[in-house]
Amino acid sequence: MTLRSDDLAVETRGLVKRFGETTAVDGVDLSIRRGGIYGVLGPNGAGKTTVIRMLATLLRLDGGQAHVLGHDVRSEPAAVRGKIALTGQFASLDEDLTGLENLVLLGRLQGFAARAARSRGQELLEAFGLGDAAGRQVKKYSGGMRRRLDIAGSLLVTPELIFLDEPTTGIDPRSRNQVWDIIRTLVDAGTTVVLTTQYLEEADQLADRLAVIDHGRVIAEGTPGQLKAQVGAGALNVRVVEAEDRERAAEILAAALSADVVREADPTALTARLDAGARASTALTALEEAGVEVETFSVGQPSLDEVFMALTGRKPEPDGDVAGDEQEAAADGGDHGTAGRAVDDEAEARTR
Amino acid sequence: MSTTTNGTSTVPAEAERIRHILVSRQDTPQRPGAVSASLTYGWRALLKIKHVPEQLFDVTIFPIMMTVMMTYVFGGSIGAAVSGQEAGGDAVGAYVQWLIPGIFAQTLVMITMYTGLTLNRDISKGVFDRFRSLPVWRPAQLVGALLGDQVRYTLAGVIILVVGFIMGFRPAGGLPGVLAAFLMLLVFSFCLSWVWTTVALLMRTEQAAMGVSMFIMMPLTFVSNIFAPTESMPGPVRAFAEANPVSTLVGCIREFMDGVYDIGSITAVLIYCAVLVVIFGPISMFVYNRKS
Repeated sequence: MTLRSDDLAVETRGLVKRFGETTAVDGVDLSIRRGGIYGVLGPNGAGKTTVIRMLATLLRLDGGQAHVLGHDVRSEPAAVRGKIALTGQFASLDEDLTGLENLVLLGRLQGFAARAARSRGQELLEAFGLGDAAGRQVKKYSGGMRRRLDIAGSLLVTPELIFLDEPTTGIDPRSRNQVWDIIRTLVDAGTTVVLTTQYLEEADQLADRLAVIDHGRVIAEGTPGQLKAQVGAGALNVRVVEAEDRERAAEILAAALSADVVREADPTALTARLDAGARASTALTALEEAGVEVETFSVGQPSLDEVFMALTGRKPEPDGDVAGDEQEAAADGGDHGTAGRAVDDEAEARTR
Repeated sequence: MSTTTNGTSTVPAEAERIRHILVSRQDTPQRPGAVSASLTYGWRALLKIKHVPEQLFDVTIFPIMMTVMMTYVFGGSIGAAVSGQEAGGDAVGAYVQWLIPGIFAQTLVMITMYTGLTLNRDISKGVFDRFRSLPVWRPAQLVGALLGDQVRYTLAGVIILVVGFIMGFRPAGGLPGVLAAFLMLLVFSFCLSWVWTTVALLMRTEQAAMGVSMFIMMPLTFVSNIFAPTESMPGPVRAFAEANPVSTLVGCIREFMDGVYDIGSITAVLIYCAVLVVIFGPISMFVYNRKS
């Protein structure tokens, strides 16, 4: 294994961070290629932010090694800082200053002369659709505007690598889509993006590779497709015409698929896990034969939600090399039928 | 697949603009030097004053209050002892000449404490994460904040001197003496501020920082020659008061305002200044770099 291969943007081995008694990051190994979007997915408190802060040279390592763009974060932090940008979890902006002042400040700190910093700031504000808000204090910005300004603040000098810590947490769906588009544009322009998220949909939408982190450990790593494949199942979503038929339908599906059936909030909707080998068509036929009228049905790939549940629904085994031990995690995952809600990103069919 | 279906119609234009600004910026500027970075952070502090002028309360009302209150409360009695005159109006008049330089120093020294409190509040905000991730000389963030505070100190100092003048303060050293005293006081305040940055960085909350700062501040300003000559104090207190850097500072400022420029006093103050920075500057940076 090479520690400083040139095509890696980030490489860590056995990364550890302790805060007093708690071990926030417990031996994280990551290999993130240059280019593309790498997602770090995990629930609150999993250690995602701690990992990012260590990679961005804001926190000292308590163990292990980390190289960012070929530089050791311990011995060459200044070199790392010169090539990366960080957009923190809580807007990394000065709320009292205006949008333009924030960018001029950051521009000057990157070495622009006063006038150049101003024109660069204005250019960025225009590009991010914040031109009209240039003279307004950031505390009066909406959540989405803040986020965009925050990302603009990372681009005064185009970084080789940008860390985005939960870039869309707490903003409305429209702003979220804007942020996603910005992130995709960054990647097209050649910047490597490492983002953390607790939204499975976000990781699914953006990341071309991801690591799932729980309790400070990487419990799975791969492309979103690989992770879904590891769970080895999809989901069948069924909506019956009459709400009173749902209970009967649930029993029929459970029997036909020998799997757990989740009753959704919608009183007519059901979601059943499709384990490997289970036939959705058989189950639908069974419903039809029993005289249950089906409004719609769809077969979805397992969502990352389900992947996550499958991977973390059990206590992670402390023994062995958990990071990268995907096979075991996947094999276990299939047996735990606590399915989350599937995203219908596959076929959807109407029966009537 | 369901990806990229959201708002596709509006995206290309924006994406194009963003791509344009990314590629249009190939020549990365030289990193700023320590001085330039510090001045930039100082500029930030000034912008904050511009946007949140309320924060000037402590450097406007407080100095007026201190000057008027201390002079008229203690003026009659201490003034009599200091000047040898009868207690009362004349004693106050004489005391003003002696006290105003002391109040001038005391108030500014007390205001330096707010530097630490502001920093404690500021540093917990996300923007400091970004500052710390920039390839910039790290102490610049603290130095800049202290430079910005010089503006606050100057404002407070001017107010005290104006109020003092109204109350009858007439420095024998004239304008040059007052300016020299002012400059010396600003230098000392800058150096003393490193004590408060250390406290602010070590304490988790602003309240704790306030408590510790007050604990240091009270003896530092009151057990000194500001209100009464140290000769009047009992042994140990007198020893403390005479070793107190604030006494040395106030002694020097009184001399300046009287038109006396004594190399010995100036050197003594500058040595205290250097010692404060040499000890508390590195401690502040050590704590700052390890702050999570």
